[in-house]
Amino acid sequence: MSDHKRIDFRTLQYAGQEGRLIPLLQQAQAQDGYIARERLQEISEQTGAPIAQIYGVATFYAQFRFQPVGKHILRVCHGTACHVAGAKAISEALESHFGIHDGETTPDREYTLETVSCLGCCSLAPVIMIDGATYGNLSPTDIKKVIKQHRQAGEEVVKK
Amino acid sequence: MKILVGLGTCGIAAGSEAIYRSLAAKAGNGGPRFELGKTGCLGMCYIEPLVEVVDDSGAAWQYGGVTEDKLDRILEEHVAGGRPVDEWLVWSDDGRGTEGAYLARQNRIVLRNCGRIDPEVLEEYLAVGGYEALRKVLQDKDPDALINLVVESGLRGRGGAGFLTGMKWRFTRLATGEHKYIICNADEGDPGAFMDRSVLESDPHSVLEGMAVAGYAIGADHGYIYARAEYPKAIERLNIAIAQAEARGFLGDRILGSDFSFHIRLKEGAGAFVCGEETALIGSIEGHRGMPRVRPPFPATKGLWGCPTSINNVETFANVPWIIANGAAAFNCLGTANSKGTKVFAMAGKVRRGGLVEVPMGISIREIVFEICGGIANDRKFKAVQMGGPSGGCIPAELYDTVIDYESINKTGAIMGSGGLVVMDETTCMVDIARFFLDFTQRESCGKCTFCRVGTKRMLEILTRICEGEGRDGDIELLEHLAHLVKNNSLCGLGQTAPNPVLTTLKYFRSEYEAHITNKKCPAHHCQKLLSYTITEACTGCTVCGRVCPTGAITGDKKQVHHLDQSKCIQCDECYKSCKFHAIVRS
Repeated sequence: MSDHKRIDFRTLQYAGQEGRLIPLLQQAQAQDGYIARERLQEISEQTGAPIAQIYGVATFYAQFRFQPVGKHILRVCHGTACHVAGAKAISEALESHFGIHDGETTPDREYTLETVSCLGCCSLAPVIMIDGATYGNLSPTDIKKVIKQHRQAGEEVVKK
Repeated sequence: MKILVGLGTCGIAAGSEAIYRSLAAKAGNGGPRFELGKTGCLGMCYIEPLVEVVDDSGAAWQYGGVTEDKLDRILEEHVAGGRPVDEWLVWSDDGRGTEGAYLARQNRIVLRNCGRIDPEVLEEYLAVGGYEALRKVLQDKDPDALINLVVESGLRGRGGAGFLTGMKWRFTRLATGEHKYIICNADEGDPGAFMDRSVLESDPHSVLEGMAVAGYAIGADHGYIYARAEYPKAIERLNIAIAQAEARGFLGDRILGSDFSFHIRLKEGAGAFVCGEETALIGSIEGHRGMPRVRPPFPATKGLWGCPTSINNVETFANVPWIIANGAAAFNCLGTANSKGTKVFAMAGKVRRGGLVEVPMGISIREIVFEICGGIANDRKFKAVQMGGPSGGCIPAELYDTVIDYESINKTGAIMGSGGLVVMDETTCMVDIARFFLDFTQRESCGKCTFCRVGTKRMLEILTRICEGEGRDGDIELLEHLAHLVKNNSLCGLGQTAPNPVLTTLKYFRSEYEAHITNKKCPAHHCQKLLSYTITEACTGCTVCGRVCPTGAITGDKKQVHHLDQSKCIQCDECYKSCKFHAIVRS
């Protein structure tokens, strides 16, 4: 974390509430894209909870990452419906398209590939989600097109 | 005229946001005049995006599979000319459209407002009788009578276990504690289930109202909704709904002028399947690792922060306002002797019409799959349905007359679960399905109980080697032995039910396991490592297979029969799918 700025967790809305640890971790991840070591330290100093406890909670939940991620998170659904509809082939197509494995980030730091259990769009299986947008009824040959579309849409936003 | 666009997650994924933007641009562009509105999900996910035209008398016509280039004709002929475009209609109030059968057999209680109202506009919920149940309950001032009504209705928890909701409330009411809590379990973690997401996205106020009623019944002043972070749209709409309800006095202090105060907070889950278990969920809200505790004490006596807590599922809460408005008898006249009312099923997999269906309990699997959902896609052969997710099991085609109620489903070895119903055809390998679920449960096991933590891992290893053609004699017996140990020695529902997918597939599809182990064959032609490909004389030398082969295993000259080098083949199936001449044989 080169651009590390301290977050004052005491000012956040959760700080005074019991059960605040998970929302604080979510806040940290929303800001940095992952849970940095320094953040664990900060949360510990400001809440008084031992760092081991915070780390124990953070590693329990699938949501929290401990490595920096790319600009976009690409989630491949491997729920039951997606599995029977060929999610494995979708993952393989993505891995070969980007040249990375599940959990890794592209060298240009644009995309991080993640496998998730279920995105709840089972009738559109197989499904992927890029950031908040869902793409359904995919076949491995659609992957190139979807990524191209997404890259272009991203550029348009930048141009504006 | 009014035009409504369905903006649930399924609709958005199918392109409904672009349709909405396009309509918004056309609305101000001098063309036919209409009012533009949003709705949630109607449950017809297979034919999204959906666009509904409502005339001034309130009669509605629904168009499915709408694309931007269809809009001009709908606007011109229907909105301006008053002539509905029959060929794209899926249903209408005057009985037109191709998909009438899908909706006609349903009985919508939970989904009553889904796809009918704008989930972000409180007035629309109020216009269909919203918050009247809460108002009535607060006027009657009789929590015991309220609980009796819910008991009498026969409503059982829709999250999976099927405990009587009214009894849960009664126990929580009778327990003593400084505070009491209501928790709405919206951690819909079963892969294959999405009804809770749809209700939260399409009718969030009905869940808030159900929670407030429950809060009054047990004497709680706070409620929590524990929602999956994977459902961003649901979370967004819940936050909007909570703010609206607070602003109008349906939530907060002294609700509707009574002395009842009830506040709802939204907690985002952080991705742990085990948090669907109620004590683990409580642990997670308290900020700990979501690990189940020993019961008793049950949450009804010692739950969140040690106080009496009633945890109910989204679908359960959505039923509550309807039951209060329509009476217990209107609800318990539906269903079977022990399972009352309706159940929402999330239909997915190899079925022609996938989406949400709400049917009375007591209907058969055959009626749901074939009569409502149109049977198996691509005219393949029906093999099984998987019910109850990783805790459930596979019910084979022979048993498709099994009726939907908690006890009948349990007898097959599956469970009702939250209502995910994944349909499988002849191309689905049942050993692979068992492996898929074990892979899920062993990853999601919290690690507290040895049998669950280690047992599921060992079972997964055995299933994996069977799928890869390395299965050994005695593996089936070993799987059964481990399955019983894991079932009997785990603390919570996750471990107790994790072996179900293995046990039910062994019970009904044992010969598939044997074919994998003894003959090294996958009868469904699914398990890659057990497949081999050969090119026959039917090959015309079109060169397509050679070009799609990622490893260069296929060689040959134009117009010559091609050759496949088995040592390079990785069984990716690409050549088989690409061949137009049926010249590649897969065995």
